[in-house]
Amino acid sequence: MDLTLQPPPVRQLETGSTLTVRPGRSNAHVHGLEELALEAAPRANAHHTVVPTLERMRVEELFISYGQKQAVRSVSLPVRQGEVLALIGPSGCGKTTLLRSLNRLTELTKSARLSGLITLDGVDITELEPTALRRRVTMVFQQPNPFPMSVFDNVAYVLREQANRKPRRQSLAPLVEEALSRAGLLDEVKDNLTHPALRLSGGQQQRLCIARALAANPEVLLLDEPCSALDPQSTKVIEDLIVKLREEVAVVIVTHNLQQAQRIADHVAFMYLGELVEYAPTQAMFGNPKEARTQEYVSGAFG
Amino acid sequence: MTRRRAVESSASWSLGDRAGLAFAWFLGLLFCAICAGIVLYLLFQGIRYLSPHLLWTNPKVGNNQNETGGFLAPMIGTVLVTSIAMALATPIGVGVAVWLSEYARPRWLAQVVESTVEMFAGAPSIVLALFGVILFRASFMGFLTERTGGVVYGKGFFPAGAMLSLLALPLVVTSVREGLQAVPNHVREASYALGKTKIATIRRVLLPAVRPDIITGSMIGAGHAIGDTAIIVFLLGDTYVLQGAGGIPLLGTLRGTGSTLTSYVFDNAPTGDLNQPNKAFAAALVLLVMVLIINVLVDVFGRKTRELKWT
Repeated sequence: MDLTLQPPPVRQLETGSTLTVRPGRSNAHVHGLEELALEAAPRANAHHTVVPTLERMRVEELFISYGQKQAVRSVSLPVRQGEVLALIGPSGCGKTTLLRSLNRLTELTKSARLSGLITLDGVDITELEPTALRRRVTMVFQQPNPFPMSVFDNVAYVLREQANRKPRRQSLAPLVEEALSRAGLLDEVKDNLTHPALRLSGGQQQRLCIARALAANPEVLLLDEPCSALDPQSTKVIEDLIVKLREEVAVVIVTHNLQQAQRIADHVAFMYLGELVEYAPTQAMFGNPKEARTQEYVSGAFG
Repeated sequence: MTRRRAVESSASWSLGDRAGLAFAWFLGLLFCAICAGIVLYLLFQGIRYLSPHLLWTNPKVGNNQNETGGFLAPMIGTVLVTSIAMALATPIGVGVAVWLSEYARPRWLAQVVESTVEMFAGAPSIVLALFGVILFRASFMGFLTERTGGVVYGKGFFPAGAMLSLLALPLVVTSVREGLQAVPNHVREASYALGKTKIATIRRVLLPAVRPDIITGSMIGAGHAIGDTAIIVFLLGDTYVLQGAGGIPLLGTLRGTGSTLTSYVFDNAPTGDLNQPNKAFAAALVLLVMVLIINVLVDVFGRKTRELKWT
């Protein structure tokens, strides 16, 4: 079938070849949806390889408010595996709220009210257990936040049932190493897996957080400004990683950095005052935006 | 040419400001002098009277200070009663701190709990001791101490340790709560975002994160509990040696009575019943050294573990 005919990804990674790509992971449980959702979307960026996309999540007519404040109004968009979706917009435009609603983290805020529909592989996410949903739609935060335990245990944390310490090291080692290797961190830490994770550098910590989020084998990876606390070198490493990951997971990234969106995103959603102003392929968004407000924002007139 | 220092000189200040600065210096030095005076005097007196055999002989009845033995039993008593206090105060304090920091609903209850903790922190220990005397004489508390012919004695290591734990509790709660509040919220959310429940997050992320604060809090609490006298005099029985109740080895000792270094000093001070100042000074020195060791441990431990934190 079509999937197997796609050429292998050829994007070169300047930072070394430590990243290993996992072969396309189980899409088996969505076979029914395949015909509808599978499409070879035209790439926006010339340097991107063509990757087949598969719709994993869909947001429809989403409204979110905190008390009197309307944070997100009437937003609809698809989240596809095989592409990076960047959410951009000025501070307070609702992009982080939208991101957090995708794995129901908004529910942690007492005053948050949500209406509309979000689906994951065709299922309304409010019908899923939050804990189960969050293992399928994991998140990486702005500040690197490894847990106060060893590098190994940070990744193993998600593989263990709730507060259990079991299964023990040995049975988890292959899975932990796989996740670290997908996050491009394994070579740097494989000799000190038992060291405290908080001793790693900022960039390493953030990749550990990505490894942690990948260990659950999620369908969707949410990134909330993952590079804003990092130096340019670490940012570069993580950006390359994100582009690589989009082949296996749907990636949604909130970013303040327009260049970053331009570099790594396939689709960009521009939000302003809670509304989705424009959703378009990256090239169209930055080269030829339809809306005047998008034009102003991407040209730096406000933000 | 001399380089100008970045610190401004007080030569340009007004007279009032300069007098204030001088006064601040004076107070600081005075404080150091008072502290040094107490420690040095105790050290001097203590070393003069402290001979090693005092550390491993029990107190006994005698006609003069050469015959009355040492204070082995009070030392053991101090360690025992403080251990009981911390064994109670640490888990309860951590629980209270976690509830206050992570749950605290309904809000009125949180405020009540908070005021209660503050009240314990400010309560004179003799009030707690008096309350303990009433409480532990109640017949349903009889299993903790000796009971003869239906009368509950109400004095022993368990009652004393339990009331001392109330002294240490606020210090544990405060320390652990501060530790929890220093954990950024995004760390909790990172755990929830991996599909973990709140309780799993508390056990696997938050409690390990505040382990240094738990240890610091309980050491400060122990330092506070170790020096209390009122509760010991009222509730430990203040007997020369450990007098067990019942035949079971450790349990019997803990149900029984004894004394601590504080009650030993209290009895042997020039104002006390026994009036053996030499013994009092020697025991006071040992107590002071114990407290200093705890303080140094808190300090060293605190410095060592603070380095690993989130930004």
